[in-house]
Amino acid sequence: MTTAEPLTQQPSRGRSRTAPLLVFALALAALPLVLPNAYYADVAIRVAINATVAIALNLLIGYTGQISLGHAAFFGLGAYGSAILASRFDWPPAAALAASAAMIGGFAYGLARVILRLEGHYLAMATLGVGVIATIALTNETGLTGGPDGMSSPDFTLFGFTVSGERQWCWLFMAILVAALWLAANLVDSPAGRALRALRGSETAARTLGVDAASFKARVFTLSAIATAAMGSLYAHYVGFITPSLAAFPKSIELVTMVVVGSMASIWGSLVGAALLSLLPELLARYEGSETIVFGLILLATMILLPRGIVPTLAASIARRRR
Amino acid sequence: MLKVENLTKRFGGVAAVSEVSFAVGEGAVHAVIGPNGAGKTTLFNLITGIYRPTAGSITLDGAEVAGLPPEALARRGVSRTFQNLQLATGLSAIENVMLGAHLKLNSGLLAAMTRWPGLTARDRRLREEAAELMAFVGCGAYVGAQTREMPYGALKRLEIARAIAAEPKLLFLDEPAAGLNPTETREIDDLIVELAGRGITIVLVEHDMKLVMNVSDHILVLDYGRKLAEGTPEEVRRDPKVIAAYLGAEASGA
Repeated sequence: MTTAEPLTQQPSRGRSRTAPLLVFALALAALPLVLPNAYYADVAIRVAINATVAIALNLLIGYTGQISLGHAAFFGLGAYGSAILASRFDWPPAAALAASAAMIGGFAYGLARVILRLEGHYLAMATLGVGVIATIALTNETGLTGGPDGMSSPDFTLFGFTVSGERQWCWLFMAILVAALWLAANLVDSPAGRALRALRGSETAARTLGVDAASFKARVFTLSAIATAAMGSLYAHYVGFITPSLAAFPKSIELVTMVVVGSMASIWGSLVGAALLSLLPELLARYEGSETIVFGLILLATMILLPRGIVPTLAASIARRRR
Repeated sequence: MLKVENLTKRFGGVAAVSEVSFAVGEGAVHAVIGPNGAGKTTLFNLITGIYRPTAGSITLDGAEVAGLPPEALARRGVSRTFQNLQLATGLSAIENVMLGAHLKLNSGLLAAMTRWPGLTARDRRLREEAAELMAFVGCGAYVGAQTREMPYGALKRLEIARAIAAEPKLLFLDEPAAGLNPTETREIDDLIVELAGRGITIVLVEHDMKLVMNVSDHILVLDYGRKLAEGTPEEVRRDPKVIAAYLGAEASGA
């Protein structure tokens, strides 16, 4: 009995949202305590950062249907913005983070309002350009950024408390990841979320119902950019040393790959995609340089074999087996 | 309520709609008929803001609205359905209907993310209202369905439910009965009468002459993008130009 049954009895998104998230939050809270050493905590932190950024990017790509090929630039600019303000101008790190996120948000909004007047994939082109320019600027503005050699970034302090050690950072990033999952799930199942999803499905129909397409796309792009920039800032304070490669094009593609592999338009899918692609370089560390090829193969295989992404395909096959 | 004057739309050298003028009074059912390619859907697309007119004027409640984008017209109480269905596949059936109420809701991103007080409760009420609307248009059986699981006839009704969820003053129905069987067509017929009874002014494009003659108070006939005739169903039915161009022997004999 494995016919493609319609999912008529599918529950509404709202109800079954909090329970799995709570379980997940508890598991993550215990994680820093059970990880055997700092290396594993560091890997967990990188997964959490990538997952949070992938969720932010998925709101744009998966739900709204707008592609950004420059999200690494927002991440990198956030990292550098915070590092420069905190180390060269002695700003408190939290203020440096907020200021760089606000600046990048303002820039993203302006860019989107101009670009999204045009129909088609101009946002992808424009963000691609932003990524290239950002990398060049970060590499050449040696006075501020230290150039290709990179620069250091001070510890993160908030209200006199300094986050220190892998375990504390791990808790912080896990808390942010859980918050991101909750916020994104709320957004998707809301009037604004329906409007965004409708833009991807049928922009014309959405507009005849009063959805201001240009405004929604610009706002979700800005939101996504701000969240990514803030994660970049925190990352800089966490690792303590950053280089311009953070903002480079391959990193942007990696983020898009996480979204596509996990699943477009699935919050949990972004988490799975980010986990998979963040762990991969660690697993392949022995085979230097092979991860680029494996990334490409995974992306190709996903497009051909699992066009809806890993999570929905697995969910559907489990549902079928239960019957 | 709606007044269209000398409306023209040219695509390159082809005039799809050419100097069409007509008026739509409040609370009546208006029909636009004409052979395929007569410019009916183009006329709808012009009035609902999907196309910008090449020339001419459209006034809604006395205000000029020609060239306004669809979302601006939606805010003025204009809603529509589409000849080729335009349902958002990323949304479930009931969410499509809920989308119809977009303008009545708080659509802020931050409010949505933080479950702003009232927003979730309002959404839960809206879900019930949307289910009622689906029952009203006759697709209540699909309240829990995805759009891809629904038959064509139910999707047509779902579009109507979505359009009226916006509580429009002026509703455009583009071929609501296309592709439906006679029983379903009769049900759409009743539905249109019922909607008009709720005080919604309706303009429809339709090929099913029986339906048009049954429900319309006023008919506009287009041919090659130009107005051919206009009047009550009786007048149009008897108009020799209409008979020659479109209705043919079948209707003149009736």
